[in-house]
Amino acid sequence: MSAYLSLRNIHKSFGAFEALRDIHLDVVRGELICFLGPSGCGKTTLLRIIAGLEVQTRGRIDQDGRDISRLPPAERDYGIVFQSYALFPNLSVADNVGYGLVNRRLPRAQIQQRVEELLALVGLPGSAAKFPSQLSGGQQQRIALARALAMRPGLLLLDEPLSALDALERVRLRQEIRSLQQQLGVTTVMVTHDQEEALSVADRIVVMNHGVIEQVGSPTEIYREPASAFVADFVGKVNVLGGQIEGGRLHLGQWAVDCERVPSARGRSGAVKVYLRPEDLRARASAAVDVPTVHGRIEKIEFLGAFCHVHVLAPTLSARPVVVYLSLNFLAEQGLTEGSDLPLALMPERIKLF
Amino acid sequence: MTDLALGTQKAHWSDWLGHGVLLLVLLILLAFLAAPLLAILAQALQDDQGRYAGLGNFLAYARTPTLLASLWNSIWVSALVTVIVVPMAFVFAYALTRACIPGAGLLRGVSLIPLLAPSLLSAISLIYWFGNQGVLKDLLTALGVSQIYGPVGVVIAQCFSVFPHAVMILITALALADARLYEAAEALGTGVVRQFFTITLPGAKYGLISAAMVTFTLVITDFGIPKVIGGNFNMMATDVFKLVIGQQDFAKGAVVALLLLAPAVLSFGVDRYVSRRQTAMLTARAVPLVPKPSRWRDRLLLLYCLLVSALMLAMLGMAIFASFATFWPYNLAPSLQHYRLGLIDGGVGEGFINSLQMAAGTALVGTALVFVSAYLLEKTRGSDLLRGPVQLLAMLPMAVPGLVLGLGYIFFFNMPSNPLHGLYHTMTLLTLCTIVHFYTTGHLTAVTALKSLDAEFEAVSASLKVPFYKTFWRVTVPICAPALVDIARYFFINALTTISAVVFLYSPETKVASIAILNLDEAGDIGAAAAMAVLIAVISAVASALFSMLGWLLGRRTQAWRRR
Repeated sequence: MSAYLSLRNIHKSFGAFEALRDIHLDVVRGELICFLGPSGCGKTTLLRIIAGLEVQTRGRIDQDGRDISRLPPAERDYGIVFQSYALFPNLSVADNVGYGLVNRRLPRAQIQQRVEELLALVGLPGSAAKFPSQLSGGQQQRIALARALAMRPGLLLLDEPLSALDALERVRLRQEIRSLQQQLGVTTVMVTHDQEEALSVADRIVVMNHGVIEQVGSPTEIYREPASAFVADFVGKVNVLGGQIEGGRLHLGQWAVDCERVPSARGRSGAVKVYLRPEDLRARASAAVDVPTVHGRIEKIEFLGAFCHVHVLAPTLSARPVVVYLSLNFLAEQGLTEGSDLPLALMPERIKLF
Repeated sequence: MTDLALGTQKAHWSDWLGHGVLLLVLLILLAFLAAPLLAILAQALQDDQGRYAGLGNFLAYARTPTLLASLWNSIWVSALVTVIVVPMAFVFAYALTRACIPGAGLLRGVSLIPLLAPSLLSAISLIYWFGNQGVLKDLLTALGVSQIYGPVGVVIAQCFSVFPHAVMILITALALADARLYEAAEALGTGVVRQFFTITLPGAKYGLISAAMVTFTLVITDFGIPKVIGGNFNMMATDVFKLVIGQQDFAKGAVVALLLLAPAVLSFGVDRYVSRRQTAMLTARAVPLVPKPSRWRDRLLLLYCLLVSALMLAMLGMAIFASFATFWPYNLAPSLQHYRLGLIDGGVGEGFINSLQMAAGTALVGTALVFVSAYLLEKTRGSDLLRGPVQLLAMLPMAVPGLVLGLGYIFFFNMPSNPLHGLYHTMTLLTLCTIVHFYTTGHLTAVTALKSLDAEFEAVSASLKVPFYKTFWRVTVPICAPALVDIARYFFINALTTISAVVFLYSPETKVASIAILNLDEAGDIGAAAAMAVLIAVISAVASALFSMLGWLLGRRTQAWRRR
């Protein structure tokens, strides 16, 4: 695996504010990598530094074996799509998509052919003569994508491309972007604050916070093996409980388990924060004997559709209710309502301590 | 350290082009704005031998009772006009924006009439109404005023000429209203009067402050009106002229100019502060307020607007009528005698050619300069050392009265040692002076238009390897075409009607029409002066209509994408 894009020791400060610190990252040729983080974490700044739209305070960027650290945007090789689409409103769709091609002095017929090819690629053939304002938001973003791909760039940069769209269109377009990216094999960096978006399309996710990279990994790694409390908190839902390690055992309220069964307890002692994913707390229809269970009572059922957030008060574990996911079917089959008893089984090997 | 690039980027060759043009803009603004202003300061601080005099000139000024009297006159007249005009303009603007009155567009147009002619038109008109041979002279006497020449005439004439400025500011302020505030108030059972005092007035607060500041500054720095109707009533603006042109006392002239600069700089500061607050008040989610009809309120306001409009029309109408009257007040039969006298014998015909030349030059060069520099400031990167100064100098003209600017030009360009000395008295200098004089409004219009464009056009272009100037030409200019026409119109009309800056700079060959009118009035040819002022108003109106047509034609070509 050779790095197509490599960032070495990137720093960026705005006056006294450090927007990015000590960023090291290798992007593999052909992968889709997502920069994920809350607003203000520096993810967009990092993308703009890769594009040359911002200048890093120090650090080095190589793309395809070429040092591009100090090159102006025009001398780098990328296509970019912005949240705002940034389509030229006074030019037709064809003129927008062919904007860079015209500048290359290609023959008119060749430009037209390439434009049609690109429009077909993004699923909007026949819209060449329209103005951007005559298209929906999702269609405009597809045109912006076609324009970014027109020059066959080695790198595609997507800056929150979906956040201006409504929920349904967002889900549809993110899958289209993913399949297009795989079809063309173009190395892609996408910035997003939407964890679901990142989990569903990325080959790898870079979780960022306060200007530093918290973790780099595949969606499953990020979700299952969060490297920090921040990652565990930011990606997916999690129950945070107070625990204590004493005499080789992890105590959680009155419940306890041998530390040997909890991998992340290795080398820890004293007070710890215990992170439990809702799906790692399994509801049992009745107290079973094969796994340790605790007694619980349903306090509140938050209806979300096929699945519900069920708030369960388990005094053994914690004074505050924990959240588990239960399907509507399960609730109906078991006749569970608010006030019902619900024993919970913990999976010690899934417990994360920070 | 080889792997650590410093925080700089290699400039693309197209970046150098941008830097170069921005540098050129900076040099122009330094030479034609900053340097003349510094020349005034230098002049004020040295004695007639050119030695440093410290505050000596200021002390000499403070010891001259006549000059102090003018200072006081200027202040109280400006304050009085402000107190009269701002409430009147507020009610007028309120009627146009918050009530349902028929013909609001027409009424607004009528209220803007004074903008079409030099400010002295209203003074000339007043002389025909209330002067020694005026139609309503007896009414004036009955009111206990012995004659119109003096403070009374100045105040009335100023009220007319600054009214449209105040109305425009207040219309903008009142047009920004969030309907949800009123709905909330109504839902809480708040009465109409309380709504006015708790929502409307506070909402327009900044507009009112801004209107008051602008009115005060315009009046205190206006030269044409006190010159025509002031009689023996001296004001600072006329003092400057007398000191510099009459007595060649440059040092005292410079002191008065600096004093005139003070209220303008103050109002500029307040205005900047206020406009920042104003925009912050209205969020993107505000729901525009659509006024609901209310029978008595609408009737009363309509009556008021008609009254104000009638006064405006009376002012213009009298000038038109008198300009055709053969021999006021004895033979009122219409004739073209005054027009003939003015255009041919008075040589104003040539003045009109000069005026049109200057207006066209100002509109063309000014629009290009303003828009290109605003574009480079807003949309390109780098050359950080140039940006701050250009930005500051672009805003500065708003704080510099024309009279002060013109005076600075004399001091600076009349220096024999100045390599630009050759420009003195030329049309080029008059045009550049006018561009600089009206620079800021054009600049702000351009910046507003540019800010409404997506911030990433240039980034996208760079990623597509298209240099910024191609995007400027293919995208930015076409989208901003309506704003460009507005800027050009603003430059053109103001160049036609301005007096204050150019009055110091013309030579017999480059005398423009508005100055020629002043000379006709001085020579006692008030009929011809009226005729020529009316002619300027007509040309302004026609030009304005032509610009509207140009805007429409350009709009059809460049704004097709706005239609769905």
